[in-house]
Amino acid sequence: MSLISHKKSEKGFFNSIADHPSTDEFIKGVWRENPVFVQVLGMCPSLAVSNSAINALAMGLATAFVLLMSNILISLLRDFIPKQVRIASYILIIATFVTLTDYTIQAISIDLHKSLGAFIALIVVNCIILSRAEAFASKNSVGKSILDALGMGLGFTFALLCIGGLREVLGSGSFFGYEFMPYFFEKWVIMVLPAGGFFTLAFLLLIFNSYKMKNSKA
Amino acid sequence: MSVQTQIGNNIQGNDKKIVIAMASIGLICAFLIVLTYQGTFSTIEKNKAEALEKAIFKVIPGISKTKAYQFNQDQTFSATNSNDAKIQKVYAGYDSTDQLKGIAIQANGKGYGEVLNVLYGYDPDNQKIIGFFVLESKETPGIGDNIEKESFMANFNALDAALNDDFTKIKNEITTVKQGKKTNDWQIDGITGATITSRAVGNILSASTKLWVPLVYKNKKSFLINDNSK
Repeated sequence: MSLISHKKSEKGFFNSIADHPSTDEFIKGVWRENPVFVQVLGMCPSLAVSNSAINALAMGLATAFVLLMSNILISLLRDFIPKQVRIASYILIIATFVTLTDYTIQAISIDLHKSLGAFIALIVVNCIILSRAEAFASKNSVGKSILDALGMGLGFTFALLCIGGLREVLGSGSFFGYEFMPYFFEKWVIMVLPAGGFFTLAFLLLIFNSYKMKNSKA
Repeated sequence: MSVQTQIGNNIQGNDKKIVIAMASIGLICAFLIVLTYQGTFSTIEKNKAEALEKAIFKVIPGISKTKAYQFNQDQTFSATNSNDAKIQKVYAGYDSTDQLKGIAIQANGKGYGEVLNVLYGYDPDNQKIIGFFVLESKETPGIGDNIEKESFMANFNALDAALNDDFTKIKNEITTVKQGKKTNDWQIDGITGATITSRAVGNILSASTKLWVPLVYKNKKSFLINDNSK
C-alpha cells in the first residue's frame, strides 16, 4: 500500500516545498502534534535525562539531529527499500546516525557524553524516530520529511527543555547551572529524582490538555 | 527510476532485491560510520586525555602537577611522554614542593552491562587508596551510576591496600560488602539496589591492586623527582 502512494510525490525537491502548506508540516510537530505532550511518545528519555536543563537540551538536540538525518535518508531511499525489510532498514539507518551522534558528542565534550550516559545509544529505540520514519518519511518527499523532522525534533527538544528546566529550577535552584534562587529557597530534592520526572510530566500534560480543551470548546 | 518502477511492479518483491537493498543500505551506513570515526578520532583522544588529566587531580588530592610513567618489560617504571594507548601507564601526582603524593592507576572490568573504566589513587607511603573516579560507565542511570555519588566515593578516602610483610602481595583483598556492613578498612560499603555494579567496582579494584600495588610499591623510588636533575 505504502509503496503505491509514493507515486504521488514524485516531484522535485524544491517544487514540493513550494506546493505544500509547508509551514504546517513544521508547526504541527512543535505544537499540535507535539511528540511528548500530545503523542506521549519517547517517554524514557523525556523522564530520565530531564533532571537538568542542559541534559534535556543536549538530549533533545541529539534526538532531533538523528530524526532529521534519518528522515532525509529514509525519504531518499523510500522507493528503493522493499516493504518486507523496511523496519530493519530504518533501524539500521537510525542506528548509524546514533553512532555518528555518539562520536560527535564525545568530540564536543566528554563530560556531556558522560552525563547523557547510556541514553545516547538508546536514541535508536526512541519510538518518535521510528514512528516518523514509518508514518511520514517513507511516504513523503525529502522536503516535507525535512520539515516534519525539524518540527518534531524541535517539539521534542522544547518538551524536554520544559521538563528539564522546571525540574532543575525546583530541584537544584538553578537554570543551566546558573544559581539564582534566594538563599532561603529549600531545594525540592524529589524533583531531580526519578519521581520528580513523573510529577513534572503529569503537571505539564495537565496544563497542556486543559489549554487544549478550553480552546476546542471556544 | 528503473529501480523504482521495478519495485513498484513487483510489490511482492523477490529475495534478490531484498538482499541487494539491505546490503547497499548496510554499505552506506558502514561508510558513514567509518568516515565519522576517522574524522572525530583525534579530537576524542585529545578530550579523553584531558578528562584523564582532570581525573588524576581528583583521585590524588592536593597535587599541583602530574607525570606519566610507562611500565617496562623488566618490571620497572620510567617517565614517558608517549600518547600510545597500548603502553600500560600509571600517573604520579606531586604537590607544589615536588613531593610525591600518590600514584593514579587506571583499571577496568565488567560492570552490569558494559565495561567499567575507573581510575584510583594509591598512596604508597600510607599504603592506602585515597581516591576513586569513574572514567567511563554505561551503568543503568539512576541505579548503577550511583557509584559516582559522593556517598559511595567516601569509601575511597582511605581504603586499605596494605601489602604483606615482604611487600609482594596485598594483605587483605578489597571486597564489596552489603550496604552498612563495612567493618574493616579494606571493605567497600556496597549500594543496595546497585549490588552488581558496586560489587564490580570491588572486583575491579581487587584485581588491579593485586597486580599493580606490589609493583608500584617496589618501584616507589623511581617516581620521586630527583632534585639534582634540575
